[in-house]
Amino acid sequence: MKAAHYWHCFVGIQTREWLRFWQQRTRFASALVRPLLWLVVFAAGFRAVLGISIIPPYQTYITYETYIAPGLCGMIILFNSMQGALSMVYDRELGSMRVLLMSPLPRPFLLVTKLLSMGVVSVGQVYVFLLLALLVDVEPPLWGYLAVLPALVLTSLMLGALGLLIATWIKQLENFAGVMNFVIFPMFFMSSALYPLWKMNEASPWLYWICQFNPFTHAVEAIRFSLYLEWNPVAFGITSGVTVVLALLATAGFRPQRTRILGTKPA
Amino acid sequence: MISLFKHTALATMIGLSTPALASLAYVSNEKDNTLSVIDTDSMEVVDTIDVGARPRGILLSKDYTKLYICASDDDTVQVLDLATRKIIDTLPSGEDPEQFALHPNNKHLYISNEDDAIVTVVDVTNKDVLAQINVGIEPEGMAVSPDGKWAVNTSETTSMLHWINTETFEIEKNIVVGQRPRHVEFSKDSKIAWASAEIGGTVHIIDVGNLEQIHEMSFKVPGVNQDRVQPVGIELTDDGKYAFVALGPSNHVAVVDAQTYEVLDYLLVGSRVWQLDLDKDQKHLFTTNGVSGDVSVIDVAELKVIKSIKVGRYPWGVVVDPTS
Repeated sequence: MKAAHYWHCFVGIQTREWLRFWQQRTRFASALVRPLLWLVVFAAGFRAVLGISIIPPYQTYITYETYIAPGLCGMIILFNSMQGALSMVYDRELGSMRVLLMSPLPRPFLLVTKLLSMGVVSVGQVYVFLLLALLVDVEPPLWGYLAVLPALVLTSLMLGALGLLIATWIKQLENFAGVMNFVIFPMFFMSSALYPLWKMNEASPWLYWICQFNPFTHAVEAIRFSLYLEWNPVAFGITSGVTVVLALLATAGFRPQRTRILGTKPA
Repeated sequence: MISLFKHTALATMIGLSTPALASLAYVSNEKDNTLSVIDTDSMEVVDTIDVGARPRGILLSKDYTKLYICASDDDTVQVLDLATRKIIDTLPSGEDPEQFALHPNNKHLYISNEDDAIVTVVDVTNKDVLAQINVGIEPEGMAVSPDGKWAVNTSETTSMLHWINTETFEIEKNIVVGQRPRHVEFSKDSKIAWASAEIGGTVHIIDVGNLEQIHEMSFKVPGVNQDRVQPVGIELTDDGKYAFVALGPSNHVAVVDAQTYEVLDYLLVGSRVWQLDLDKDQKHLFTTNGVSGDVSVIDVAELKVIKSIKVGRYPWGVVVDPTS
C-alpha cells in the first residue's frame, strides 16, 4: 500500500463525514443550542450562588459564564462523539460500515481516520460556540483560540475512541440510548466542567475523587488552560494517555460481524 | 560558559548597585497592621511593612518622599519614610483618624475624626494643630481641591458635604447628598467634585464654581442585589475621560464616562472593593478588595481586569508612587 492509497482513503472518509454534516445542518444548529442554553440561562442563574475565586489559569475573578465555557466546549465534543458512535452503530446495522471496513487498508487506520473526521466537525462547532460566547463577555485572549486547537482535537479523539469502544459493546441500536445516558451525564456532571474541583471537595471528598478520576475533567482542564495560554502538562498527559488506551482497545475490539440487525443472525 | 557566568555576575552587580526602576504601590491592610508594597511591573508583593494599629487611609507627600498613614486604633497619623521604609514620625490626629487629605502646599493635613465630629488640620512640618472644625456626625471622607482652595469633608450620619475654605478654616457651604457619603474626588482642574454615597447608592457631581449639584447618578450591576451596590472610592483619569467608582460589596467597579455620566461597564473585582488609585501613566487602576484580601488591577485602555494580587487581610487604601 502506498501513501497515496492512505490519502485517498483519508479524503474519502473526511468527505463522507462532511457530506453527512451538510445533510444534517439542523443537527449542527441544535447541538449549539444546548451549550448556549447552559451558558446564557444556567450560568446567569448560578453566578451569584456559586461565588467566585481565583484559580489557575485565571489571573483574576471571573464570571460563572467564563468558568463554564471550556466545560461547555467539552460538552459539545462529548455529545458529538457519542452521536458519532451512534451513527457507527447505524452504519453497522445498515452495512455501510462493512463497506468501509472492506478497504484493504489496516483497520486501525480506518477507525482513527473516522474518529478524526468526526473530530473536525466537533471542533468546528466549538469554534462557533466560542464566537457566540463573546456575546456574554467570555473573552479569552486572542491567541487562546489558536492554542486551544490541539486540546480540542485531543479531546475529540479521546471521546471518539470512547464512543467507538462503547459501540463495540452495543449489539443493538436500542441499547445505545440508555448507555448514552449512563455515559454522557455522569461524565459531564462529575467533572470540573460546571464547578471547580475545590468546590466539589468542599461538598464531598469522594465526589472530588470521582471527578479526579474522570478523564473528561482532564480534557476540560486541558481546554481551559490552553484557551488562556497556560500549559497544563498533567491534563494533557492524562488525556493523551487515556486516548491511546481507549483507541487501542476500541480498534482491537471492533468486530463488524457482531452486529445483529433486528434479531437476524449475523451473516 | 565562563562568559555566561561573567555576564550574569555583571548583571547582578549592576542590579545591586542601581535602585529598582519598578513603580511601587502601597496598600494598607486594616486587619494585619501592615502595608503591602506591590511592584506594579511584575504585579507581585515585594515587601510587607509593619505599621500602627488598623491602618486605613494612606497618602503620599507632595514630594513623594513620605507616606502618611491613618493608624486608626492608635489614634495617630504615622509618617513612613519611603527610602528606608521606616516609621520616622507621628502626627497628632485626634481620635480614630480614618481618612485625610494633604493640601497642595505639602503642609496642611486635613484629618476627619469620626468619633468627635471634627476635622483636625495639622501642620506636618511642626505638628501644630492649626484648627479643629466642627462638622456633621461621623465625618469620613476628606479631599482638598488640586488648586488648594477647598477642603471637603463628608459626614456619614448627617449625609452632607462640608465645604471648608482653606484660608479661613471655616465651613462655607453644606450640600446634602445621598445617605452615608464616603469619599470625594476632584477633577484635575478643580472644577468638578465627585462624591459617593454608600447607603444611598449614588454618586453626586458638584460644580465647584457655584457649589451646586449638577448631576446625581445611581448604579445597577447585573445579577447583583441592589442593596449590595454601595459606592465608595472614586478615581478620575487626568484626561477627563473616565471616572471609576468602587461599588463595595457588589464586587464591581463601575466605569463612568466622565463627560456624559453614563455608566459604560461594570468590572468584576474581589469582594468588597473599597479604594482605588491609578498608576503614574494612568494605564492601570489598582483596587483594594477588603473581604477577599487582594488588589485587582484594571487595564484602563482595555477596561478589563487583568490580575488580582493577594495582599494582607482587609486591604483598605492604595496609593501608587508616581516617582518610583
